[in-house]
Amino acid sequence: MYTYNDFDEAFVRSRVAQFRGQVERRIDGSLTEDEFKPLRLMNGLYLQLHAYMLRVAVPYGTLNPSQMRQLAFIADKWDKGYGHFTTRQNIQYNWPKLPDVPDMLDALADVGMHAIQTSGNTIRNVTADHFAGAAADEIEDPRPVAELLRQWSTDHPEFQFLPRKFKIAVTGAAHDRAVTKAHDIGLRMVRNDAGEPGFEVIVGGGLGRTPMVGKVLRAFLPKADLLPYCEAIVSVYNLLGRRDNKYKARIKITVHENGLEKIQELVEERFAAVRAGFSGVDQELLAEIEAAFAPPAFAVKPTAGYEAARLANPAFRSWTDTNLAQHKADGYAIVSISIKKHGATPGDATSDQMRVMADLAEQYCHGELRISHEQNVILPHVHKADLAKVYAALREADLATANIGLASDIIACPGMDYCALATARSIPIAQEIATRFDELKIEHEIGALKIKISGCINACGHHHVGHIGILGLDRAGVENYQITLGGDGTETTTIGERAGPGFSAEEIVPAIERLVTGYLDLRSDPQETFLQTYRRLGMEPFKAILYPAEDKANAA
Amino acid sequence: MARTFTPKVVTANALLEGDAVWLTEANTWTRDIRKAELLTDEAHADLRLLEAQARAGEIAGAYLADAKPGDNGPEPTHFREDFRTRGPSNYAHGKQVELS
Ligand code: HEM
Ligand code: SF4
Repeated sequence: MYTYNDFDEAFVRSRVAQFRGQVERRIDGSLTEDEFKPLRLMNGLYLQLHAYMLRVAVPYGTLNPSQMRQLAFIADKWDKGYGHFTTRQNIQYNWPKLPDVPDMLDALADVGMHAIQTSGNTIRNVTADHFAGAAADEIEDPRPVAELLRQWSTDHPEFQFLPRKFKIAVTGAAHDRAVTKAHDIGLRMVRNDAGEPGFEVIVGGGLGRTPMVGKVLRAFLPKADLLPYCEAIVSVYNLLGRRDNKYKARIKITVHENGLEKIQELVEERFAAVRAGFSGVDQELLAEIEAAFAPPAFAVKPTAGYEAARLANPAFRSWTDTNLAQHKADGYAIVSISIKKHGATPGDATSDQMRVMADLAEQYCHGELRISHEQNVILPHVHKADLAKVYAALREADLATANIGLASDIIACPGMDYCALATARSIPIAQEIATRFDELKIEHEIGALKIKISGCINACGHHHVGHIGILGLDRAGVENYQITLGGDGTETTTIGERAGPGFSAEEIVPAIERLVTGYLDLRSDPQETFLQTYRRLGMEPFKAILYPAEDKANAA
Repeated sequence: MARTFTPKVVTANALLEGDAVWLTEANTWTRDIRKAELLTDEAHADLRLLEAQARAGEIAGAYLADAKPGDNGPEPTHFREDFRTRGPSNYAHGKQVELS
């Protein structure tokens, strides 16, 4: 894993010291809120409904055990003993007090972490496939490239005041687990005809009020050209992007309004100019970073005990059926720890749970942890011989829910329980849906299903790309929930279609239940997933289930 | 006839803690909306908001929120403002436990 060098360390410390001074000046009255707000946002500090919120970056979702323990320590010392993992591989603290924030940032710096560029119109935390470095279907570990992008984008003088926020995601695998097509820039590692690794560069994807699927700007970019090419894209956007209207300021609109060809032309032109300035230092740096991400020394040992434990313990078997993914090394598995216990808040982990996960990573996972955009925690490299022990420890910590990829593995944004921009709550809806499916005991029968919930049109909960998306709105002073169907956030990214009129807070959970049990009758066979059935049959049969004729009059 | 003015309260987030506070008639900030000053006159409400905004060292983001008179003082009318008087619904955190 990458560890900070002296430059990183000095930079982060000096930012904390600056911010400490800014907080002092805000508290003693020399700075107004209007003056302070951009300064605090640059350091990840928001003001929400009930308190401040500190958003801490987990670059490309990777953490080591001491970082996870420090996150737990911070949660205990300055928050309420828990943290919220988000869809952008960040962790949010919901209850910091303003005077404490500089100390929190110092504590983060102690373990090589920070909150810089987790807000504001800058290049945000670069996200990556949460199975990076472990996935069986991977060309290369994308994290060295993500780290290179992080170093390049952090405090980049040209890109501190972009027209709007700018999000980059990168994956090294064929199966897209990083939602690259819903990012400002999505990078998918591919090979050219000569078999060399490079990138398919996708641009102009995004969710929010105008959801758009990213478009391929360059089908193959050699790896060595990555930084100059990205610099060219951001630089073209910086000049061309609209600053007159916040809702039209993202690069997706720039691409849409100017056309892909025009953007391509401008980017290639700018690329030709910028590239000359890259003397190859970036490639030397990349080589160093790649060395830091060398794969761990995988152990070779028998896995017979694992098969026996599976046979002996049905609960363990069920967990291995849902929560494991295929690892590239023989005898290993990727473990997804569900932070979605039925009825709990999606993505919230207590400090005790964080410490348990840190211990497990240290003991059984070569010291690595990942945060997924699906708000779960990943142990990327666990030998099958150790799985039963890992499972037992997770069970003790109430972390052994066997529901990865199922109906209750719901993404939910903070919504109106925390977020000042929200138009409705999302957490309680997620809690109720998960509880209901647990009562019905049918989620294993339902199979793969992604439900995603946002508390407003900003779509932080990715509802547009949920197989079932739920968007909370304020309709004449009452919470109302709109359903979209058929969304998909993988390599076949699709924006979901609106099913019809929204549902009240009381009606939404029964509506989802109706929809899902109705699907069980519609599917051609138990192997056909919800999304496949929807693609085969289209909206109509689902609409008929959601809005039975006799209810039509009330549903509006 | 002039359009009717929906009564308001001045509300903001406390500077240090960040939680919701309301302006009282005595020019203090309260964490209990029922102790807030209910503003029934538009011109007076605008003035009180200006006065509140000037107190930058105590609060951030002051605004006028709709409210109605209740048995024990002002009450919120919109669910968002209602949540601000209590705290989140997923944990017993915030005012719902701190005030009782
Ligand atoms: C204080 C809380 C938050 C605020 C103020 C906030 C604000 C916003 C805004 C304004 C947008 C729309 C951007 C646009 O369309 O240009 C947005 C999009 C988004 N946010 Fe948040 N957000 C918050 C919390 C979160 C959380 C908790 C997550 C992760 C769970 C998140 C992840 C995202 C994602 C994935 C998008 C959509 C992708 C895109 O940028 O198009 N946000 N957010
Ligand atoms: S989608 Fe809306 S409610 Fe949810 S976190 Fe984003 S801004 Fe807040």
